[in-house]
Amino acid sequence: MQITVGDLKIGQKAIIVDFDVDTIPLKLLEMGCLPGNTIELIQIAPFGCPLYFNVNDSHVAIRLETAKEIRVVINNTNND
Amino acid sequence: MTKDTIKVALIGNPNTGKTSVFNQLTGLHQQVGNYPGITVEKKIGACKLNETSKATIIDLPGTYSLNASSIDENVVIELLLNKKDENYPDVVVVVSEVENLKRNLLLFTQIKDLEIPTILVINMSDRMQLKGIELNIPFLEEQLQTKIALVSSRKNIGIEKIKELILNYESLPNLPCLNASSIDPEYFEKLKKTFPNQLVYKLWLVITQDVNFLNLERNEMESSFTKSHADLKQLQQKETIKRYQFINETLKLGQKIDQSKATDVRAKLDRVLTHKVFGYLIFFVILFGIFQSIFDWSSIPMDYIDRSFADLASFAKMNLPAGEFTNLISEGIIPGIGGILIFIPQIAFLFLFISVLEESGYMSRVVFLMDKIMRRYGLSGKSIVPLISGTACAIPAIMGARNIENWKERLITILVTPFITCSARLPVYAILISLIIPQQRIFGFLSLQGLTLMGLYLLGFGMALLSAYILNKVLRISSKSYFVVEMPSYKIPLFKNVAINIIEKTKAFVFGAGKIILAISIILWFLGSHGPDATFGNAQNIVSKTIKNTDSNYENKLSEYKLEHSYIGTIGKYIEPSIKPLGYDWKIGIAVVSSFAAREVFVGTLATIYSVGNQSGEEATIKEQMKNEIREDGSKTFNFATGISLLIYYALAMQCISTLAIVKKETNSWKWPLVQLLFMSGLAYLSALLAYQILN
Repeated sequence: MQITVGDLKIGQKAIIVDFDVDTIPLKLLEMGCLPGNTIELIQIAPFGCPLYFNVNDSHVAIRLETAKEIRVVINNTNND
Repeated sequence: MTKDTIKVALIGNPNTGKTSVFNQLTGLHQQVGNYPGITVEKKIGACKLNETSKATIIDLPGTYSLNASSIDENVVIELLLNKKDENYPDVVVVVSEVENLKRNLLLFTQIKDLEIPTILVINMSDRMQLKGIELNIPFLEEQLQTKIALVSSRKNIGIEKIKELILNYESLPNLPCLNASSIDPEYFEKLKKTFPNQLVYKLWLVITQDVNFLNLERNEMESSFTKSHADLKQLQQKETIKRYQFINETLKLGQKIDQSKATDVRAKLDRVLTHKVFGYLIFFVILFGIFQSIFDWSSIPMDYIDRSFADLASFAKMNLPAGEFTNLISEGIIPGIGGILIFIPQIAFLFLFISVLEESGYMSRVVFLMDKIMRRYGLSGKSIVPLISGTACAIPAIMGARNIENWKERLITILVTPFITCSARLPVYAILISLIIPQQRIFGFLSLQGLTLMGLYLLGFGMALLSAYILNKVLRISSKSYFVVEMPSYKIPLFKNVAINIIEKTKAFVFGAGKIILAISIILWFLGSHGPDATFGNAQNIVSKTIKNTDSNYENKLSEYKLEHSYIGTIGKYIEPSIKPLGYDWKIGIAVVSSFAAREVFVGTLATIYSVGNQSGEEATIKEQMKNEIREDGSKTFNFATGISLLIYYALAMQCISTLAIVKKETNSWKWPLVQLLFMSGLAYLSALLAYQILN
């Protein structure tokens, strides 16, 4: 099964593979949420949403449904 | 070219300290207005560059890119695309921040493509050492085709360098730093051939944005250059990737970051402030502290202002020659001005707290904490910012709802924000609470009056949530739920920024609302001291039939009779039947009606009515006068039941014309302000009626 940003655990890093451009707000792309960049889950808000990430050195919070649209591969070298 | 005034536009991402740079450059020489036709705040300041040259600096709204997603951001593009605009800049200053340079440079590269002379300011340079960041400035200047000023607006470092660069703006290179059209060469080549006189990037912006510029070309373009929405977005993504590639390559060589030095303050604070228990606890304690201190701290200056104006009115009455004009001054104008100035302490305190919360970066954490909870009510986590700043004033709060991406969430936020206790309600609350709630403390430190105030805030907040819940069920609007919040790094708020913000907001209140209050006070004074000839003009004859004019009560009876039969008394008596069930007499009725335009007028109106009616010579404070008011049966007018009924009425009623106007503007329809007015004021009437009938 394809892993998405919504599946990450706190502190886990992954590399963005792709997403459907239509479902992702342009603003998020401009923050640096682009294929090939590393994304790290920093914090999950109480009740499971929103999620707080560091992507491309931008600190940004998005909702779970958006996070589930972003497909990633876990970066094994950084993953413990 | 020797121009004596250089036009400068200040542009940058949010949270880069752009406004601090603006404040450092211009100090208090700022003018805040609005862009024509829209409610986006327009800030222009003057800056002295050297002995002979000046600059006019325009502080544009913060934006992440030139792809606008709100009216605020549109302002930036429209200015940069329109060479005929009176504010079209000679030079653009892009403000970036040392820790987020990569992201900030995206906007910079876009602006460079417009071929306007551009200066890059790298702000917060004082944090470079702490964060282990080193920059190769000459290299960056060459790659980015610009001049760079390393600045710390916090420590006032580098501001002179900006001024120097602005002075020499003509020597700046104005070539783009990358070729963005390589994302689809064929398409852009065609564009270029069709419009040889225009910049390709400008054309591209016009195609992708909804801006009102180049209308003619736009129509032509529609036919031959239309692409589907999805295709355009694909291209925009390609463009963004292309720009980041360039930025990453540039920074790889021009920036060194020593990761070991990166301190972990942000992570540590985040762990506590967004914690599932402590996060909420801290938020609640902060809110509670704010409300307690607003009530406790501002009561001293407020009492002082109240007392001073009462004294001033007595002084004027005693020392000016008796007559119509003196009455206008001592009974109309002085109490009217007093009724405006008395709010200054509370408004200043509120804006102090709000700007500290925003400047420190804490507000974004609250947005993060509250999103899931707020969504249950059809709101967004971002609604928390309008809801909190609504405690100061609903007008900027409703404008602040613009950054909510989802239209339904934004509309609901706009509709429920006026329930939040704004600073205009505070004077009404303050005076009523001090009349009906005893000055006691429970557990030795919680003041009963403060708790009542807190209760009223909770009532407003509860009603906002309840209405949002209902609206969420009733409104049939489906829109995509977009939610992107930047979590800025924590900063200690800058005194200068906070102070300027407080001064600006207080000034806006005093001169904006103040004009209305003063005008209404004068009209009320006139209506209260004039009346029809048959009764009012004949007052002495009529009153002396019931009481001897040598009686000590004669003067009081006479002035009471006069007030009752003045124009205002006639109006008051006319509406009395509809407000009597709420526990109000005709004088309160006048105050309620006249405060329909703005709530804060209530206190001023009572002050005017009571000082017109008061003939004892000594001008008492507003509070004393209200305390001394009695009904026909001799009981106090402002008893517990009437007080509570008034408090509830003001908590819920839509008594603010400016808010209705702003809702009309922001929703672009009369429907929503009307719904708001009928729903809120109807609810207020019924609730106040219920409260009085139960308590009395």
